[in-house]
Amino acid sequence: MNMNSNNGSVSDNQLIKNKVAASLARRHRQEKLLRGTGLAAVLISLALVSLLFINIFSKGLPAFWQTSITLDIYFDPSVLQISEKPVQRADEHDNAFRQRDLEWRSEVGRINFNRLISTALMDVLPDAEQHRRHVLRMVTSGERFALRDMVINDPSIIGSTQRLHLLTDANIDVWIKGNIDRSLPDHQQQLSPIVRQWADALYANGTIKNRFSFALFMNPDSRSSLASAGLAGAFMGSLFMMLIVMFLAVPLGVAAAIYLEEFAPRNKLTDLIEVNINNLAAVPSIVFGLLGAAVFIGMFNLPMSTPLVGGLVLSLMTLPTVIIATRSSLKAIPPSIRQAALGLGASKMQTIFHHVLPLAIPGILTASILGVAQALGEAAPLLLIGMKSFVATVSVSPMEQSTALPVQIFLWQGNELRNFFEARTSAAIIVLLTLMISLNAVAIWLRKRFEQRW
Amino acid sequence: MKLTSFTKVAIAATTIALSLNVQAARDTIQVAGSSTVLPFSSIAAEEFGNNFAQFRTPVVGSGGSGGGLRQFCQGVGANTIDIANSSRSIRPNELANCHQNGVNQVIEVKIGYDGIVFASRIDAGDFHLKPEHVFLAQAAQVPQKGKMVANPYTRWNQIDKSLPNQEIILAIPGSNHGTREVYEENVILTGCNTFNEVKAMDRSERNNFCLAMRTDGRIIEIAGDYTETLARLQAQRDAIGVFGLSFYESNRDRIKVATVSGVVPTIDNIIAGSYPVSRPLFFYMKGEHIGVIPGLQEFAEFFVSEGNAGFGSPLEQAGLIPLADNERDEVVKNIRSRTALK
Repeated sequence: MNMNSNNGSVSDNQLIKNKVAASLARRHRQEKLLRGTGLAAVLISLALVSLLFINIFSKGLPAFWQTSITLDIYFDPSVLQISEKPVQRADEHDNAFRQRDLEWRSEVGRINFNRLISTALMDVLPDAEQHRRHVLRMVTSGERFALRDMVINDPSIIGSTQRLHLLTDANIDVWIKGNIDRSLPDHQQQLSPIVRQWADALYANGTIKNRFSFALFMNPDSRSSLASAGLAGAFMGSLFMMLIVMFLAVPLGVAAAIYLEEFAPRNKLTDLIEVNINNLAAVPSIVFGLLGAAVFIGMFNLPMSTPLVGGLVLSLMTLPTVIIATRSSLKAIPPSIRQAALGLGASKMQTIFHHVLPLAIPGILTASILGVAQALGEAAPLLLIGMKSFVATVSVSPMEQSTALPVQIFLWQGNELRNFFEARTSAAIIVLLTLMISLNAVAIWLRKRFEQRW
Repeated sequence: MKLTSFTKVAIAATTIALSLNVQAARDTIQVAGSSTVLPFSSIAAEEFGNNFAQFRTPVVGSGGSGGGLRQFCQGVGANTIDIANSSRSIRPNELANCHQNGVNQVIEVKIGYDGIVFASRIDAGDFHLKPEHVFLAQAAQVPQKGKMVANPYTRWNQIDKSLPNQEIILAIPGSNHGTREVYEENVILTGCNTFNEVKAMDRSERNNFCLAMRTDGRIIEIAGDYTETLARLQAQRDAIGVFGLSFYESNRDRIKVATVSGVVPTIDNIIAGSYPVSRPLFFYMKGEHIGVIPGLQEFAEFFVSEGNAGFGSPLEQAGLIPLADNERDEVVKNIRSRTALK
């Protein structure tokens, strides 16, 4: 019996061993497969992300440098025949002075500043006389306003010669950077043969150079002078909206979270509110745009296309995120802290404001910054409240029409001069990404700095 | 206690809402509408801002001719737009809608002309189209030997031997674009009416028949801008897109144009009237806002002025075909007298 069973168990053991060996191999295979799949998934997503980044950076980085032409502009007094710049007299009323100043500015504005530019160009361009018609194509049309503003700011430069770097036409930038196929026949080129020759000659002798594009950061958007289109207007719009989100969504969200977490009774109503907040966080952002258009513009008569309305809409959108994140960071505070405070006789108010909230601050800050960063990158709701308009000025208050950075990307992406704006669009994306990454970095730094471990 | 804090929040929210409810006076002209007119309108706005120091630079939005006119007709007041750009003239029902919402002074301003071109990718075949070719490529049913049959064509050379042996894929503007109407009017209906079978139909039947599109995915309606059409061409070598002439001019290295009825689309041919697919471009101005929104009338006059929209002007350089002098005089007179559409 014993023998038998022993015999049996030996063979059983063998059997089990075999089975285990067989299944072990299979399990190891499966584990390898799983690990392999996971690794592959990571590698694929890394590859996709790097592809995206390489694509954006390779296209966008060159746009941070832009061709400009160095010219000696003579502010010819015979062209610039203007009256003296008005100065406010002691007895003069502000409005009267403003009127006189405006008239003077209009007078300066009527002067043909292109004349100064073309005179300077004639000196540097070979055979310019025969091709007078093409001379002004070298410089982007907006530069005449730059000269005008120089005269308005300081009329004493009249009569002097200034060495200036003027932006070239967008198509010259395209040509020199090789963003258009240089071997294409004339009828497919944007520039006439003589302008292309000039561009190459001046680039060779250093008169035209790739310089860092301050225009990209200092100028508002432009359609009439494409080379001077910049992000300043969109940046201000985004900045105002960020401020509104920060001062509206963050305090409201934190207050709501504190109430819900610390004071609100647990009943059907608060459950309903909680469910709704969670649902709101999942509502697509474009819905908030529709709501904003109907409520803020339709009912409250707020002006269209303004950062004020944009900020309100984005605040609504960010609110649920802030509430949820604040609540979870309040929840993460160990109950022992509350109990200790209450046990030592602190009131509920004191417990929250002296003990719980300070400990929850890093989490709340992180959540708020991430919420603001999310709002910064949002374009869809802004399209619906008219913020995709073309705005050629830099707004100085949230009540003035403006675009926003993500919308500017959308607008440039749709510009008809693809050769120039493909790079410009990618450059705008890089600027937006940089802002987002720095906001996220601040959030991480704050969390690390104030982090508490229990 | 809990109730009071809740009421406090409610009161705070209401005060914020109420304090916002102020009729904000607006000092910036607001424009929206056609994406064909958008580049011209934007340039005009920018030049206006640079030339008139006393006014703010107008803000120009898009949304298509239909979308712009819908916004325009929403009513009168600072939260409605002042000018709607349109690449077609306003429809009677749109005008009726305007009147219904209290916009009674709709002033039509013609700014110039633009051509509509058919363009293919630079590496695709050369097209010499006739309106009937395009109709035969797009229609749901085509007349054959006196009968209407479901569209049998899949390649252009099946329609006409002279056309390239290329898959039929046509990217046309969506119905929110004014360009679509001109395209249907000047190309599809013209092409359709060349067939005797069609001539025999009565008017409404004819329109329905001619404009019915095949649904096998060969006709792509583009709701967005021309860049979207261009992207479609870049993805599909065989596709032919419908563009504005000015857009083509900016992208000559990527696309090439087809001739229509043997005529190359150029500014000269459009001015001469030999290129068949051109249309006037408009904007509509709200008479009620003149004098309320500063600079509105000045902007309208500046827009069509010779320095801005005539020959050698910034708008002409951007691809707009200028008005003739007598037309411009007429338009300016209209603006000054504020002649509204009935």
